[in-house]
Parts: sequence; structure tokens; C-alpha cells
Amino acid sequence: MRPFAYERVSTARSAVAAAGEGTDAMYLGGGTNLVDLMRLGVVAPGTLVDVTRIAGGVEETPGGGLLIGAEVRNGDLAAHPLVRSRYPMLAEAVLSGASGQIRNMATVGGNLLQRTRCSYFQDVTKPCNKRDPGSGCPARAGDHRNLAIFGHSESCVATHPSDMAVALAALDAVVHVEGADGPRSVPMPGLHRLPGDRPDRDTVLGPGDLVTAVEVPPLPFAARSRYRKVRDRASFSFAVVSVAAALEVSGGVVRDCRIALGAVAHVPWRAEAAEAALRGAPATEERFGLAADAELARARPLPLNRFKVPLVRNVMIRVLADLVEVR
Amino acid sequence: MTTTGIRSVGGALDRVDALEKVTGRARYAYENSPRELVYAFPVQATVAKGEIVHVGVDAVLKQPGVIAAIWHGNAPRLAPSDDDELAVLQSRRVAYRGQYIAVVVAETPEDAREAAGMLRVEYAAEDHDVDMRPDHPRMYRPDHVNPNFQSDTQRGDPDAALTTAPVVVDHTYSTPAEHNNPMEPHATVALWDGDGLTLFDSTQGASALRSVIAPLFGMPPAQVRVIAPYIGGGFGSKIEVHPHVVLAALAAKQVGRPVKLAVTRQQMFAITGYRTPTVQRVRLGAETDGRLIAVTHDAFEQTSILVEFAEPTAIVTRMMYAAPHRRTTHRLVRLNVPTPTWMRAPGEAPGMFALESAMDELAIACGVDPVELRVRNEPAKDPDTGLPFSSRNLVACLREGARRFGWAGRDPEPGARRVGRTLLGTGVAASTYPTYRAPSSARVRAEPDGRFTVSIAAADIGTGARTVLTQIAADALDAPAGLVHVEVGDSALPWAVLAGGSMGTGSWGTAVVRACEALVAELGRRGGDVPPGGVEAAADTSQEVRGQAEFARHAFGAQFAEVGVDADTGETRVHRLLGVFAAGRIINPKTARSQFVGGMTMGLSMALMEESVMDREFGDYLNHDFAQYHVAAHADVRDIEAFWLEEEDPHLNPMGSKGIGEIGTVGTAAAVANAVHHATGVRIRDLPIRLDKLVR
Repeated sequence: MRPFAYERVSTARSAVAAAGEGTDAMYLGGGTNLVDLMRLGVVAPGTLVDVTRIAGGVEETPGGGLLIGAEVRNGDLAAHPLVRSRYPMLAEAVLSGASGQIRNMATVGGNLLQRTRCSYFQDVTKPCNKRDPGSGCPARAGDHRNLAIFGHSESCVATHPSDMAVALAALDAVVHVEGADGPRSVPMPGLHRLPGDRPDRDTVLGPGDLVTAVEVPPLPFAARSRYRKVRDRASFSFAVVSVAAALEVSGGVVRDCRIALGAVAHVPWRAEAAEAALRGAPATEERFGLAADAELARARPLPLNRFKVPLVRNVMIRVLADLVEVR
Repeated sequence: MTTTGIRSVGGALDRVDALEKVTGRARYAYENSPRELVYAFPVQATVAKGEIVHVGVDAVLKQPGVIAAIWHGNAPRLAPSDDDELAVLQSRRVAYRGQYIAVVVAETPEDAREAAGMLRVEYAAEDHDVDMRPDHPRMYRPDHVNPNFQSDTQRGDPDAALTTAPVVVDHTYSTPAEHNNPMEPHATVALWDGDGLTLFDSTQGASALRSVIAPLFGMPPAQVRVIAPYIGGGFGSKIEVHPHVVLAALAAKQVGRPVKLAVTRQQMFAITGYRTPTVQRVRLGAETDGRLIAVTHDAFEQTSILVEFAEPTAIVTRMMYAAPHRRTTHRLVRLNVPTPTWMRAPGEAPGMFALESAMDELAIACGVDPVELRVRNEPAKDPDTGLPFSSRNLVACLREGARRFGWAGRDPEPGARRVGRTLLGTGVAASTYPTYRAPSSARVRAEPDGRFTVSIAAADIGTGARTVLTQIAADALDAPAGLVHVEVGDSALPWAVLAGGSMGTGSWGTAVVRACEALVAELGRRGGDVPPGGVEAAADTSQEVRGQAEFARHAFGAQFAEVGVDADTGETRVHRLLGVFAAGRIINPKTARSQFVGGMTMGLSMALMEESVMDREFGDYLNHDFAQYHVAAHADVRDIEAFWLEEEDPHLNPMGSKGIGEIGTVGTAAAVANAVHHATGVRIRDLPIRLDKLVR
């Protein structure tokens, strides 16, 4: 077998130090994606730095937001009373992902940094620009039914697979990072990047950077929010399309909103055009449709995923309409 | 012997091997570890067509723990076989991507796997063709379709009848490649001892495997022993001998030590078979009241370069419905694809999706209720052979199913029922599966303490075969089931037909009954005395089975589905499935229910999600793992009920039973598709019924 070093650390500082010393180090959270990728030969870290023993939990921030430790298990996050009451979209997103067993292992940091499930990326006998830069992208002419409609490039049409990250992108979460030069923060959206000609880079993080926490800012109207995941089977499958949305309506007018889309891009896709079209508009299905159209004007679907355009439109309208009705 | 008066057959006896299984004592193929064991990991071709021009083993042999790297240049020679798939490592030709082209043997599985990844293979690749389409220029008519049916049949003049029929339905349906995915992946442990070979294998037929493997190594079958007491599912993928078995035996021979080889889930998508994709044109010509005048069913499918596997897709149309004018055809194209194989209800499952969808379309075209349409087309005898049916209770199944499901008063209008954002619909389809029986043999032994041991090289692949054979033997011996022990899954036991074609219980049961009858007679001659050494009797049913009267023997059923389709997303969920079957005498209601419900679940999975995606550029099945190849999860299976009718049929076997392992998978997909049409007005003729085909 392929030997690798394993180190267990208890603080973010020591993790970063250990990663800096190890060869080809990677951080190990729940391992629910990384270990699979190691078995498939997609990645071959020389050192695994196990960061699951770093202390962290879910804490309230002074303004009424939440600070979520990167090592919090997905299952614990989804079950947390403050997550459920303040950000139901986040709880729903996490619960819609994977299986109970996997959620009990997977961490928040690992969930954010999981890799695409594009078939070609996971098959080392085939080219993939993300796995092997410059080798090519067979998905564009091959099977891309469940790949990107927004922001893809000639190099890569992969999607980010996370449900949780879609909700976090909608909520303007801020990712706390510990790096060689100390701590810093990266806003979401902004953590993940579009593929361009460097699809091997999923995020703006550099080597050795460790996600230590995710801060969700206060957003009172997110107490009424939804995550709707469309999928090919009733459970344990990745999204075909997903929508995270929160809506603040008064007097029949949209005062504010947050909308993000999943399984449509290399990043959790914040629907800024749709949000702009909705702010100040009447909260009607017609306007929700126009907002979806504004967003989808930027879509560049491929032959096998054209269906995602009407699908996004329908689901966006439905989620927004449901949010109005529950008021 | 005392007369117990207890009838075991018909009772819900718990599985006799349940304790072994749930406590982990049941030993599966991979769990056998003979002394000196080493591990093999295969190397798969990365081109779909071409020649291997160079194999570089140097780096492999330098790896820790590596014992050997075996490829066509140094592999032991095998005797010629008529199954080219089994000529493993005998040639430099590559017939499909993923074919085994080498194997690395090492002290640990990890060493073998890691070193296998370092084998350098250079190919002269050629342009491959993996594109199954009806107008493919190399489509041909096979000599026969599986197992030995005529490829084409015709009665009357269907073309002429279709031009004059008042109502004509003419549509093309398609089903994708689907992979059998038993919970236990295939595995083999091969052990040579002198000139003899022992194989611990996950197989549906120990006797058959022995007779295939032995000649490859130039041995009489008696020198091969196959041990397979427990099998974690097969669904047909463990019927044929696949290349990994040969590879394990060959590697063990080469290194002179026992070899263990586990096929990975990913490898199964290339190595252990699948259901061919099909394209099927069905034409129905009918009177305005729905009575059929003509039916034609033309099937197109693929097989590999190595093996002609001709799925009998259209044969169900030969016997389902009455019509004076009828034709069925099968056309095949050999492509650079993995070799297809038997998958639960081979032929019937894809064929009945097409026929039963077409019947639904005809019902709508004629304005006749779909249950009533089928009743109107009930044949008095087998329309293909003219033989009488041994029993045929399709109409009773339809009526009983309609009653239980609440079909009466159904509004046929499509797209007319909505709850919230969910469109609701119901659909029905018929099910059928032939009742085969094959020769087998069995032995039974009476002990002085009143116990009996029944021995037969049958296979319990999770069906409950051990349990029902216990019940059958108990009744034949007039003994309580608790005194009967059944041994299966070992080629050293009396030979028996494999577990396939839903014929296990009928075939093995006949042999067991005859052996028990012989033992009872022998005990009678001895006045009931069992000597200290016990008494044995045996039976071979070859003559009985070959001499059986000619009948059209089939099981029938009717399946009803209620679906909900999300109006916004096209997501389809099956809210309810209800099946009623007429399958002769049910030996054990508990295991039978599992067979029916399991079959229907597989049919649901076929309807909504199963699809192996052929990658045209690379020529392999792309979605080769469980994250990508979806089978139904628990949340997809909400409410499935299976019922059966009492059916007396004296023309089958001593038990009066019909096979029930496959019929549950037949017709389900059509019932679901018909319900989706009823819900939405959209007719899906191309499985699976995924949301992208419904979203608007």
C-alpha cells in the first residue's frame, strides 16, 4: 500500500505547523470524501493532519449570529437548536445531504472543501483538468448531465457538490482561516472560485490554509428560509439543482432576500441578479419568475443539462412562493 | 417412522440459516483464508479496442510483497473454450475497456493493488464502436435468443393486418444498460492441491461452475470442487463464469499458492455482466373495442465482441395476448462493450416495459380501461405454440389487484389529479415469467436418531432455497422440519441445476421429493428400522423432467402503481405498489413475500433510476459506483404490497410450485410509466423516468 504519515493535532496553530512540515500534507476531517479519493488514487497525500480533535462548537456571536467550529459534525450542526431556529435553510441543506452515517462523520470544514463528483475527476484512467491540469476535459463532449450551467470554462464544467455551502453562500457566511501568516477571514461567496483555466484550484485557499470556523452573520429574516434540493432519488444522492432562499416581505413587497443555487456551478452560486430584481418588487409568482429569468440570462447550459434552466426557474419560483405563503 | 401430520409446505418457516447469517458465522467466498494465502489484483484495459504491444512489469516486481505479475506473455495456457470471455490472459487483443489484461499477486491485498497500478501497458489502440442503435449496419439476426428460443416468429400477416386495423399504436421504447449489483461483490479463493482445484466462489451454480472451469485447465470436472454455501445476492450476475474466477485459478496455479481475488464494485461494471440496452418497436393493431388483431415486437440490443448474449426481449409478446397476426424479432450488434449477461427477468423485464406500455397506450386510444383491455385479449391457449396453458390466472390477478388497489372508478383523464404541487396518477401492468424445470439430483440420509440430511448442489443466493427445501423434504419424509438438515452450495454434493430462470425450487424440489420418496420406500422395506450407519437414498430427475408433458407453463401477475410527480421539478416518487401473483403453490409465504417485494423494488428501481451510462469517447460504463449508479434507497420504497392467489396446477412438479424469483421485476416499470402518464399526460418511453424527461 501507499504509506502516508498521520498526525493528530489539537489546535489550529499546531495543525498549520504540522502541515508545513509534512510532505504533501492534507487536513483530514471526517474523511468521508478525502479517504474515498485516496482509495481511488485521485489524491495521494504524504501526510494527513487529523484536525477533528481541535476544540470547537456552535457559539452565538454578539450580534445574534453563529460561529460554527470547522470540526463540528454535519449531523450536530443540523440538529443544533439555534441553527434550526435562526437559519432553517442551513439545517435543511445539511440534512438533505448524504446519509445519517456520513453526516455523523463529516465536518463543516470538510463539507466546504469537498471535491466535485464529476465522473471524470474520480476516474484516474481518464483525463481531467481538475485532477491533472492540462490533460483535458472529456465531460464537455461526454456526460455532463449533472454539471454546470453557470460560470464554466473550456477547461472545466464541474459543479461543487455541497448542499451546506449553498446555504452558507446565501447567508453571507464568513470563513475563518488559519494560515502560515496567521488568521484571516474569507467571505462567502468568495471562498470557492470559478474554474477559468485553473480548475485544479477549487477555492482561494493556499497550501497549508486551514478552515477553523464559519461565521454566519445575523439575518433575522432568515428565520423563515428554505433549502429545496431536487434529486434523482429520494435520499442519498447529490443535488441535480438546489435553491437556498430567505425572503423578507412586508406590505406585499420584497424588502430583502437571499438566494443561492447548488449543483449549477463550480461554486455555490449566489443568485445576485435574481436578488437585485426582487428587492423592492411585489412578492408575486410573476416577479419571482422574472427574477429567475434575470439570473438564468447568465446560464450557458450544455446539450445534456439544458433541463436545468427550466428546473432552476421552477424551483426558484416555488421556494419563494412557499416562503411568502408561510408568513 | 412416526406420522407427524405436520405440513411444512405453506408455512412461514423462518430462514433456517438466519442465525448463521446474522451472527456472522455464515462464511462467504472472500472469508475463506487457506494457509499460505496470497492476494491477486487485476489490471484492466484502458482502451476499448486494440492490441497490447508492451507490458512493463519491472516496476511492479520491485514493489514490496509482490510475488508475480501475470499477463498474456507469461500466463499459463488454457484449453480452448467456446466462451472467449474465459480465455483470460491468452491473447494480446483487447475486446472492451475494463477487460482483465493482467494480474498482480502479492502478500497482501494492499500490496497487490498498489503494484497493479504500476504495471505499464502500451496499446495499439483502434477506433472502438460502442454505439448501440437500431440502424447500426452490423445489426444481425442471432441464430437463437437465450436460452434457446427462435430469434424471430411470425403467425398470419401482421403487416397487412396493421394497415387495415381500426386502431393502431406504433411506438418505440428503450431501456438503458442496467447492472446487477448484488450486495456481495464477486470473489474467488482458488486453491490447487496436487492436480485438484478447490474454488471458494460466490456463484449461483456450483455444479455448473465446476463443469466450465475444469476443461479450461484440462481436467475432468471431478478434479474441481466448488464451495459456495452462502451467496450475498446474484440477480443473474453469478450464473455465468466470469473472468475473475479463471484469473484466480490461473494465478494460483502460476504462483503455487492459494489466491484470493475480490472483484471491486467498480470492476463489476466491466467484468460481471449487465442487462443490454434495448430499443423496441411495438405495434398493436386492434378493433375499436381493444381486441387485438395484430401485434409485432422488434427488439434491438447489443452484445460484446467475445460472446453472443442474445437477450430474449420480445419473447413475452409471443404468449401474453391473443391476436391472429403476430411477429417478434431480435437483432443484435456486437460492439466493443463489456459482455452482457443474465439480469433478473432477462428479456421479460425490458420486454414487458415496452409491451405493457403499449397496451396502456392502446387502452387510451380505444377508450377502454387498461384492466379490461387485458381481460379482452386473454388467449385460450398459448398463441405462439398452440399448447394449452398448464394454468393461467392473469385475469384473476388483474381483478384481485384492482379490488385491493381500489382501481374501480378510476378517471382515465391524464393530468387531472393534483394535491398541492404533486400530480397524482395510477397505472397497471401485467407480469409474467415462464415456469422452467431442469434436471437435478439429490441424496437424503436417515439417521438412527430420527434426523435427516438432504444433500444437493443447489444455491441459496439469499432467496431462502435452504429453507423451502427443508420444508419440501420434511413433507416428503412426513417429518417435522426441525429434524431435516439441508446441505447446499458445494459441487461435491449431488449435482443440480444453477439458481437461475426462477427454476431452483421447482427443479431442486423435484429431486429432493424423489430422493425422499426413495428413502421412505427403503425405510418401509426395512420396517422403519434405521441401522447405526444410517440409510441413504438418491434420485436423479433427468428422465422425469425430459419426459414431462407439453404445456405452456408460466406464472402471471398484475402490478398497480400510484405515483406522485412534482409539478415543478418532475421528480417522480412511487407512493404505492401493489402486486397480485398467481404462481402455483407458495411454499413459504415469508420467503415468497420477500421475493415478490424484492422483485418489485428492483422494478421500481429500473423504472425510476437505474441506468449505466456508456461513455462514447472511452467506451466504458462511466457511472461505475453506487454514488453514481443509483439503485432505489429506502426513502424511494414507501409502500409495496404483494399478494398471491391460490393456484392449483398439477402439471408442474410434485410441489405444484412456479418460480417466483423474477416475476416481481416484470411489468413494474410499465405500471410506473403508465401511472406517470396518468399523472402528467407525458408518456415516457425511454427508461429511466428521470426528472429531466418531465420538467417543463
